[in-house]
Order: sequence, then structure tokens, then C-alpha cells
Amino acid sequence: MMRKLLIVIALLASPALAQASSNNENLDSVHIDLADRLSLQKGANTFVNYCLSCHSAAYMRYERMASDLGISEQLLKDNLMFAADKPGELMVTTMAPTDAKQWFGVVPPDLSLTARSRGPDWIYTYLRSFYHDESTPTGWNNLLFPSVAMPHVLHQWQGTRTVHFEEVDGNKHFESFVAGVPGQMTESEYNSTIRDLTNFMVYLAEPAKLVRYRIGFWVMIFMVVFIVLSYTLKKEYWRDVH
Amino acid sequence: MTQQVNKRRRRLLTTLTTGVGLVGTGTLVAPFVASMQPSARARAAGAPVEVDISKLLPGQMLTVEWRGKPVWILRRSERMLQGLAELAGKLADPDSEVLAQQPSYAKNPYRSIQPELLVVLGVCTHLGCAPSRKFEIGAASGLGDDWVGGFFCPCHGSTFDLAGRVYKGVPAPTNLPVPPYSFLSDSRILIGVDQEEASA
Amino acid sequence: MMQSLLHWIDERFPLTKVWQEHMAQYYAPKNFNFWYYFGSLALLVLVLQIVTGILLTMHYKPDSTLAFASVEYIMRDVPGGWFIRYLHSVGSSMFFVTVYLHMFRGLMYGSHREPRELIWLIGVVIYVALMAEAFFGYLLPWGNMSYWGAQVIVSLFGAIPGIGEALAEWIRGDFVISDATLNRFFAFHVILLPLLLAALVYLHIVALHKVGSNNPDGIEIKKNKDKDGKPLDGIPFHPYYTVKDVFGVAVFMMVYLAIVFFVPELDGWFLEKDNFQPADILQTPPEIVPLWYLTPYYSILRAVTFEWLPGGAKLWGVMAMGFAIVLLFFLPWLDRSKVRSIRYRGWMYKTMLILFAVNFVMLGYLGTVNPGHVDLIWFKNVTWAQIGLVVYFAFFLLMPIYTKLDRNKPEPDRVR
Repeated sequence: MMRKLLIVIALLASPALAQASSNNENLDSVHIDLADRLSLQKGANTFVNYCLSCHSAAYMRYERMASDLGISEQLLKDNLMFAADKPGELMVTTMAPTDAKQWFGVVPPDLSLTARSRGPDWIYTYLRSFYHDESTPTGWNNLLFPSVAMPHVLHQWQGTRTVHFEEVDGNKHFESFVAGVPGQMTESEYNSTIRDLTNFMVYLAEPAKLVRYRIGFWVMIFMVVFIVLSYTLKKEYWRDVH
Repeated sequence: MTQQVNKRRRRLLTTLTTGVGLVGTGTLVAPFVASMQPSARARAAGAPVEVDISKLLPGQMLTVEWRGKPVWILRRSERMLQGLAELAGKLADPDSEVLAQQPSYAKNPYRSIQPELLVVLGVCTHLGCAPSRKFEIGAASGLGDDWVGGFFCPCHGSTFDLAGRVYKGVPAPTNLPVPPYSFLSDSRILIGVDQEEASA
Repeated sequence: MMQSLLHWIDERFPLTKVWQEHMAQYYAPKNFNFWYYFGSLALLVLVLQIVTGILLTMHYKPDSTLAFASVEYIMRDVPGGWFIRYLHSVGSSMFFVTVYLHMFRGLMYGSHREPRELIWLIGVVIYVALMAEAFFGYLLPWGNMSYWGAQVIVSLFGAIPGIGEALAEWIRGDFVISDATLNRFFAFHVILLPLLLAALVYLHIVALHKVGSNNPDGIEIKKNKDKDGKPLDGIPFHPYYTVKDVFGVAVFMMVYLAIVFFVPELDGWFLEKDNFQPADILQTPPEIVPLWYLTPYYSILRAVTFEWLPGGAKLWGVMAMGFAIVLLFFLPWLDRSKVRSIRYRGWMYKTMLILFAVNFVMLGYLGTVNPGHVDLIWFKNVTWAQIGLVVYFAFFLLMPIYTKLDRNKPEPDRVR
């Protein structure tokens, strides 16, 4: 009787669980693989050389990033530490918040946790949605984040493109991209670069993710052993009762 | 309750389950204990400190912070070094026999790697006060006519010579500790890393 | 050696006596089923929450400028910090899972009935204290959802006529949720409520051991005793229920740790996306929702949308929410059935209980979605919440009638 009841409740709750996760924005999905170390390293390189010029990742230390991603201290110091002296320092941008406010109108948000607050798909889509727009102060606009204050930092890679909008009932609708100055990368190269960057930002949002699945696997095996043992013990004692 | 109770089986299972349970609990608690160790932030703040000594003239001292403690770096003049040799009888541990107070490479008459360059923690070995410098000689120092220069702790009057060695008959029990340090070049030293490790 | 030490202690402290009375010679009904695990599991979670909580307190900073960063500091810089933090954040949800199942068990088998009314009452106080504990704790990470969740819930007090606004300001210590609020919520979360919870749990167990446990058959095992005065259907708690509970703990910990290691956010149900953004007084999250364990009551609050009510809908919503919780206290006296267990009750109580449980889950879900949307079938979410509100109150308020009318089956003399 009660077991049935439990099943009924579980069944009724399941659509609710499924629904809560659905997202109504149209995002391109990105393949995240934290075991792909090369991708993480490439992503780190892009992140440190471009994103970190204006944004911080102020909860993260260079040292931790280097050791987690298998980057030697020398390599870290030579190629990835432009804004800091010591590997133990936090990844803080050199741009002063007051300057940033003056230049962009907003302080560029900290990126440590963006992959957790926005989600990887959002980042991946956002960085591939820039287009040239004369009407904005920076000359750039974004389909996913209209009127964003951020310029297209990677336009030399992606190239310059504009958007052709269709006017429907007074509303502008995205019709197609219009290619302009080509970039240094092909579309697939650019996508793969952004994928690496997104992959890195997923790591950046939760460095513990690199280890928790692995530890969790062994914990589960241990728990199964313990469950079997304790069940056998319980059975043994309960022979007195049954 | 018809069956015979197999006591051995019961005891074995109880022991096994308890044992595995304790291992599990121990594994669960281990990170709890570990969380109280110095964090990455504390370790970053306690990281070795690089100091440029090229502008330090003989007789001059500079103080840097390492792991929250003051480190004195003194370039001793010719006269200061001469003074060290004459003091043996007045010191509690002239030959730095208390090994914990300095790395082996600083167990020498100057308590330093390069004779003229003293690197020492500026923390009194009595109760942790900060001694002050008394480089004047004789009565001018206020520490008696035979004072050859050194350090004086204002808290309880402990005195140390210019190698950080403690005088006899003062509250401080041992010489000032020499931190691990090494030379990166003639003009740069690294405090917090031993000489052997740095060269290795 | 051990014997004489024990003797030495026993002369000064009733150690052996306590052990005998509450473990080795405490007779519990032999027919406990699956549902009887959750009491001990809730106790386990309480202990874990206190231990992990103390450790987090060592690194957390209750300061609006530092709080968010200190949580990330725990997640990244403190050795093992992420594990402790996830144990704690997942633990809060696991606490409610165990407590809800534990309470549902009581409703099924009549554990709230005479002579166990006090156990139920203390239990409801524990439940209310736990909701407060969770609410205060949720502000501490100082994420955007923390901030706006607290803002919304505290503003509810503003609905009370006359003193409302003043009361809300007094709770916040400011005109909005601010550093002062964070500081005092921290005090409540780490000192006041844990002390209260520990004391209440102690009383809960003392009261339980005074009258003895109920069981799935809902009949008193003390009615049938052997010549030594031991209940015929009772077995000593130790070793039988200790080994059984160890097994329960093992299974529970596996589930708990699986969530901690593999899905600590549980897709936004245990840690919300918006909370990975620091509190921002200028930017409200698109949907302000409390965590799942509070959403059934949040649904009831939002279900009252009738502006024609005297004093306004908000006031009545708050009252409905408060009343929904207060009703739990009256349960032992609302239930007029002659039997305790659902096994021997008629169809009416069975139907009502199933309806209530399903309804509670539905209300919980509706509390997480936009009231104006259609996420279930036929109606808007708010309409379903209104139906849910009616069902919730009907379960309690009609209870004296349907439990009286119900055609119960005869109870056996002995447990099955």
C-alpha cells in the first residue's frame, strides 16, 4: 500500500523535476569536457590574454590554475601572468574599476563564476553572437545580449560581420549575418577556440569539479561495500526476530 | 527463534562492519581536519619573499615581512664584523649550538651565508617582542661603555649582538632565529627557501 | 580495567542505566518498516550540519562586502573546503527530505495520536525552527537569490496592519536587507537556532522514550507483555535497531554523497544559479523563489490573489501561510478516528492522505514557477495553487468529519 503511494508521489513529482531544468532561451549547446587538458590550457591562454585585460577572476589563484591544468611555473610566469608578480596571487585585472566605469559605463563583471550563474551554453553562444553595429558607442552589439557594453574583443579572430534584420510588426527580427572583413580564423577554428575558452571557464567556476567525480567514484564503491556488509549484519541479527 | 545463533559469524560481521564504518567515518572526517590547515591564501601570503639588496650599504639595515614576521637584513660593515669575534665570553651560545635557531649553512661565526650579510628574524626569543637596533657604540648607546653594537629588546631588556646572538644573563633563552634564505644572485636574496633547494 | 572504570563512572553518572533504559532494554515494536529510518537519519543530518557548520564558520565572513568572496574562498582555497560546503548545502535539503518523510510516516501510522501528542507538537516546533534555520542560512552566501529571497520573505511582515513596516525594519535592522541583516541572520543561524534545535530534538526523544514508539499497525505493544513485563511484540533497540539503522545510514549516506560528489546543485534545486552572482540591489533575479523545501508555503502565500479581501490580498496570503503551519499543531485533536494506522482506516482517510501528499508536492512545484504561466494542464499555475490551498486546508479542517465517518477495519491484538 505505502510502497504504491510512494511510487505515485514519485511519478507525480518527476515532470516537475524535468521541467525545472528547461531553459527557454535559444542557446547553442557546447560540449564540455574537463578531462580535455589541452582544451583547458588553450582556453586558459585565451582567457588570460584577452578576458583578463578588463575582467577579473578574483576568486582564483594563478598557482592553482597552473597546477590543476598541468602548466609549469616557468610557463605560467612567462606566458600567463601579466597582471601579477607572484603565482599565489588572485587573477585580478590591472584595469582599475573606476577607469572601466568611465570607458564602458559599467565595471566588467567578475568572470570566476559566470559558467555557474549563466551556464556554459550561454557563454559559448554569447561570444559567438557579436556583430558590427554603428549605432552603439563601441561599434559592437550582441544578439544574445543586446546593447551590451562589451566590445567584440576577439573580432580579429572572428572577423567583422553585420546583421540583416527583418522588420515584422514594428519589431526587429534576426534574419541573417552579413559577412564583412574576414577574420584570422575560419568559423570552425573560431568555434573551437570559444569552446576551449568556455571549457576553461567551466573549470574556473568550480576547480573542485576536476576531482570530485573521481573521488565520488571511489566513495560510491566504498559505500556499496559498506551497504552489503551492514545489510548482512542486519540480516544476521534479525534472524532472532523473524 | 528456532535457529541456533552463530556467534562467531555475528562477531565477525560486527567487527567487519564496525571496522569498515570507522574507516568510512575517518575518511569523511579527514577533510574536516585538513580544512583547518593553512589555506591557499595563507600559503600564498607566506610564500618566499624576494629582496633586492643591491642598494644596501654597509651598516644599513632593511626590514621585510615574511610570513607575518619582520626579517632584518643587515649589511655589516668591516668594523661590525670585527666586533663579533671579541664577544664570545659574554654570549650564551656563541657558536650557535642550538641547531633549531638557524639552518646548517648559517651555523658559523657570522650566522650567515655571506659574512657581511645578516638575515635574521626580528622577533625576541623571550616573549616575541620586536627588539630595536642599537648600532651606537659605548656609552652613547645607553647600554654601557663596552657595548659594541647590537639589538636591544625593550620589553624585558634582552640584548643580542650583530649576529643575533643572545647575551648571557638576559631573559631571552636563545639566539635570534635565522630564516631559510638563499642568494638568487649577488644582489637578490630569496627569504623562505633554503640555499640547497634554490640551487637544486 | 574497563569494568572498574565503568563502575567508577556509574557511581557518579548513570551511564549504564541510561544505556540500558534507552538502548539495550528499550523495547521497540518489532515491525518497523522502511518509513522508520527517517527519524535517526534526520538526527544524523543534524549532527553533520552542526559539524560542517562549525567548520564553515571558521572561514566564512558575515560581512556584506566579504561574505560572497569568503564562500568562494572556502570552495577554492580552503583544503577540503568544497566538500564541507557541499555537505552543508546539500545537507540542508537532505534534512528536509528526511523530516518530510518522517512527518508523513507520522500521518500514515497515527504517530501523532494519544498518548504521543507532545512528541508531535515538539516535532512541529522542530520543523518550524528548521525552516527558520534554513531561511537564515540561505542569506549567508550573499548571492543574488539569497538577497532577494530574504527581501521578499521579510517584506511579508510588512503586510501585518499597523506595525508591519516597523516590524520588517526591526527584523532587517535597516530599510532594506543589508549588512546589519546579514550579521544578525548569521547570529540566528549559527547560535540561536542550532541551540534551540538541539534542545528540541532532545525533548523529542525524551518524550518518545516516555511513551514508546508507535508502529505501522498503530497498536500499543505494551498491551501484551510476558511474565517479565517485556512487550511480546517488542525487541531491544540495541542490537536490533542499531544494526538496522546502520544499514539505513549506509544507504542514506550513499545517496547523500552521490549528490555531493556528482550533482551538488541538483540542477538548481539545491543550489540556485542566481546565487552564483553576488547580491545586487539593482538587479532582481527573473524569478524569486525560495528553495524547494519552503515552496509549498510560498505557493499558498502567492495563491491568495483576491484583492477584494479586506486589508488586501497580501495580508491574507501571509495569514494563509501562517495558518497552514499553525494547523499542524492541532493535528492530534483534529483526528477523531478510533484507529491510528492507515492499515485499518477506511477509504476516506486513505484518499485524503494521498490527496494531501500529492497536493503538497504540487504546491512545492508551483512555488518554483511563474504563477501566470501554464506548466501543468488546463489552468494557470496560480489557479492550481488556489486549488492546492483549498485541498491543503480541507485535509485539516474536514479531518474531524471524515475521520469520524470513516469505516475502519478492526485492529488486530498483536502486530503483524
